[in-house]
Amino acid sequence: MSDTFLGMPAFPQAAARAVRDRQLRANLRHATHTIRDKRARAVAELPDWAELRSAGKAIKDHTLRHLDRYLVQLEEAVTAAGGTVHWAADAEEANRIVAGLVHATGTTEVVKVKSMATQEIGLNEALAAEGVTAYETDLAELIVQLGEDRPSHILVPAIHRNRAEIREIFADRMASWGRPAPEGLTDSPAELAEAARLHLREKFLRAEVAVSGANFMVAETGTLVVVESEGNGRMCLTLPRTLISVVGIEKVVPTWRDLEVFLQLLPRSSTAERMNPYTSLWAGTTRGDGPSEFHLVLLDNGRTAALADQVGRQALRCIRCSACLNVCPVYERAGGHAYGSVYPGPIGAVLTPQLRGTASPVDASLPYASSLCGACYEVCPVAIDIPEVLVHLRERVAEQGGHPVERAAVAAAGYVLDHPAALAAAERLAGRTRALHPRRLPGPGRAWTDSRDLPEVPAEPFRDWWRRNRT
Amino acid sequence: MTSRDLILGRIRAALGDTGTVAEQPLPRRYLSAHAPADDPAALLDLLHRNLTDYRALVHRCTEAELPSRIAELLAARGSRTVAVPAGLPDGWLTAAVGVEPLPDDGSLTAARLDAVDSVVTGCALAVAETGTIVLDGGPGQGRRLLSLVPDHHLCVVRAPEQVVASVPLALPRLDPARPQTWISGPSATSDIELDRVVGVHGPRTLEVLLVTV
Amino acid sequence: MRVALFATCVNDALFPATAVATVRLLERLGVTVDFPAGQTCCGQPQYNTGYRRACEPLVRRTARAFAGYDHVVTPSGSCVAMVRDNYPRIGARAATEGRGGELTDAATALAPRVIELTEFLVDVLGVEDVGAHFPYTVTYHPSCHGLRMLGLGERPLRLLRAVKGLELVELPGAEECCGFGGTFAVKNAAVSAAMAEDKLANALGTGAQVLCGADNSCLLHLGGTLRRRGDALRPLHLAEILASTEEHPWRPS
Ligand code: SF4
Repeated sequence: MSDTFLGMPAFPQAAARAVRDRQLRANLRHATHTIRDKRARAVAELPDWAELRSAGKAIKDHTLRHLDRYLVQLEEAVTAAGGTVHWAADAEEANRIVAGLVHATGTTEVVKVKSMATQEIGLNEALAAEGVTAYETDLAELIVQLGEDRPSHILVPAIHRNRAEIREIFADRMASWGRPAPEGLTDSPAELAEAARLHLREKFLRAEVAVSGANFMVAETGTLVVVESEGNGRMCLTLPRTLISVVGIEKVVPTWRDLEVFLQLLPRSSTAERMNPYTSLWAGTTRGDGPSEFHLVLLDNGRTAALADQVGRQALRCIRCSACLNVCPVYERAGGHAYGSVYPGPIGAVLTPQLRGTASPVDASLPYASSLCGACYEVCPVAIDIPEVLVHLRERVAEQGGHPVERAAVAAAGYVLDHPAALAAAERLAGRTRALHPRRLPGPGRAWTDSRDLPEVPAEPFRDWWRRNRT
Repeated sequence: MTSRDLILGRIRAALGDTGTVAEQPLPRRYLSAHAPADDPAALLDLLHRNLTDYRALVHRCTEAELPSRIAELLAARGSRTVAVPAGLPDGWLTAAVGVEPLPDDGSLTAARLDAVDSVVTGCALAVAETGTIVLDGGPGQGRRLLSLVPDHHLCVVRAPEQVVASVPLALPRLDPARPQTWISGPSATSDIELDRVVGVHGPRTLEVLLVTV
Repeated sequence: MRVALFATCVNDALFPATAVATVRLLERLGVTVDFPAGQTCCGQPQYNTGYRRACEPLVRRTARAFAGYDHVVTPSGSCVAMVRDNYPRIGARAATEGRGGELTDAATALAPRVIELTEFLVDVLGVEDVGAHFPYTVTYHPSCHGLRMLGLGERPLRLLRAVKGLELVELPGAEECCGFGGTFAVKNAAVSAAMAEDKLANALGTGAQVLCGADNSCLLHLGGTLRRRGDALRPLHLAEILASTEEHPWRPS
């Protein structure tokens, strides 16, 4: 993934800093609670939500199970429709392919539709190194790009910014990227959106190459689907001569009909709408309408490693709706940056360690970035059991030999818990020495007693009460 | 080895464990529609409501009234120029006097369209449950940029024949070989504090004319 | 009817009053309660921290300890969820790792018989009014495992509403996690504490005297935070409220 995220502190330290940032917490709380309630209402409108959800899960599982076959079928269909398919084993290869395609057109600018895959591979940075400027055209991505910031949410990358901060970024930074912000710009969302419209329009009108991702690819028909709201996607997909779509291999679905499930699941789960304002569907190229050249770059970059894990592979069902982020109590308080990856929140905590491995401190800490409350699983439209995968990945981290103290404690507890007499003795000892127990613990226990008192240890454990009273 | 072979090989290796497990048939126990598909009047009302809910401006008229309604709506906005997709029925713009029609023969550029006030199109179909109109580049719908660049899109939907209840009923009627744009309300964004604001890059005004016989 | 009490290690060692209350409540309703002494811990803390293999002896132990009982009643939703959801997983993983079906057998034999206290009262005994008396204002925090994994739904609230003298006030944001999460509370202490703070702000805002829950691990975390802050709100397990009667009223220990 992108170098931007290397050298991140582990999640707990980054999260602790975010928790102390009052403004950030207020922004996140406001935004996540707004969308959370709306999603619940949008989903409640459909009496067959549970059936749609299990169909979505089943279609994705079926596809993953025959992924090789569907990718080959997709390749044939896209090629027959006039597109060119490229395969990229990792980020470096994908970036090289895209840069080569851009160079071949002779341009030094591309417009971009918001895409997680291109963020994951650090495409903008790679293109910049090749002398190509990539302009983000999604409003939130624009805010992030102008603010020299990092995205903190899948759907709304600038969720950590409130309107006042956005106004400031536009007023200060637009001029150095193109058309300046209008004089006297206020922080009304309508005015901010208008500023973005004006700033980007000149870029759309002159762009010769666009780069996008896709929400779905249909193997049967070679169709790509981009779901969006603002119309920047339509601009990018329609106006330039060359379109390059970089898409993860897990985004394929078998048939045209399968879209009937996902075009119901996705909008309600993500923006909480019956349908998002714009959905574009195309296969290859069309004479006289839209780009005359279309390239599809199929991206692995760790996905096949996730596919090899029987428990972890369910994360590849993800349709990036972001519902799990919006209900997550940890995300709400830690913010997206603490996850050290373009995939924050619950899905990030299970996806990133699978795509990148668990060697770095931040990646090894991600599976623990959850209280396992299960809210993410409950809302996930493709029923990814995120808590199950988190626990599974914790096992992987524990096995790679971190946490020696914890390992020793578990081993010791293992003995006591398998010997009830030893357990009773330990409980009694705790009861007899309870007057001596400190209020604050040293060492690792401090993390508990920093904000909480320890419970009072009772005079006798239940076992002893039972023996005195019932035997 | 090509990357294609490498990736396909990795996939096959990764799936080594699945061969022995029997596969369940796909459960498709969801509904094909949430609204009664056989009540055209109710469907039209639902479409009307849902379009309005996402801030499209919706009007109704009869086939006979169509030219005069189009003329009125263009006049009400003060539109001087209107892009005309190939195959738009001849009569639709006859009443719009004082409006300059720009027929698209494939040469209208985005820059030219940026200075056009309105575009009038038909559609392939409309989905009542979601308040969606679908354009597929068929006659009277035009190339995709036509309904994108002008700031005002006036779309004509013929009821009942173009109105379907739901997404599952819409897909079989659409041709995957054609590029499609599904439109549900005017351009919008939720990027500022996750609150919906109407009007970014696509047409900021979407007007839909529901035409009945 | 004779049932086994699965007290759970947390209640045994730290909250014996909850286990005692469960015994008294069940006996009052005519149930004979056994406490099989071979029981210790379900293994949830180890499992959720990534030590699946360390749970295997506990799966065997727990299944053995409760063999022969139709109902293994426990006043801890999270331990029920551990047995129901994760014991079969532990068994299945052991099988794929080539260690046979023995753990799966133990898990499938035990899992359907383990039942959370409010499930037992409402579904098996068919009671909602257990004859309790508790003259305090109470707000209820439905712990995540009970709420989402077990789907306890309205059961705890129905039981509370039937308690004489009790005034139940709704907890805003009830479905939100309190921030305990086992080792999460230590590994991500800052976020955990922030979650507790918000949960308690909601609870204190209700003006209730008692914060009721059906999982003492959450109450350990919330109660510890309350004591540190010096707030008067009293955390209390549902079993202790239901055990309280006019003749034998609950008394703060
Ligand atoms: S994991 Fe599920 S809820 Fe989260 S983004 Fe992916 S599809 Fe949506």
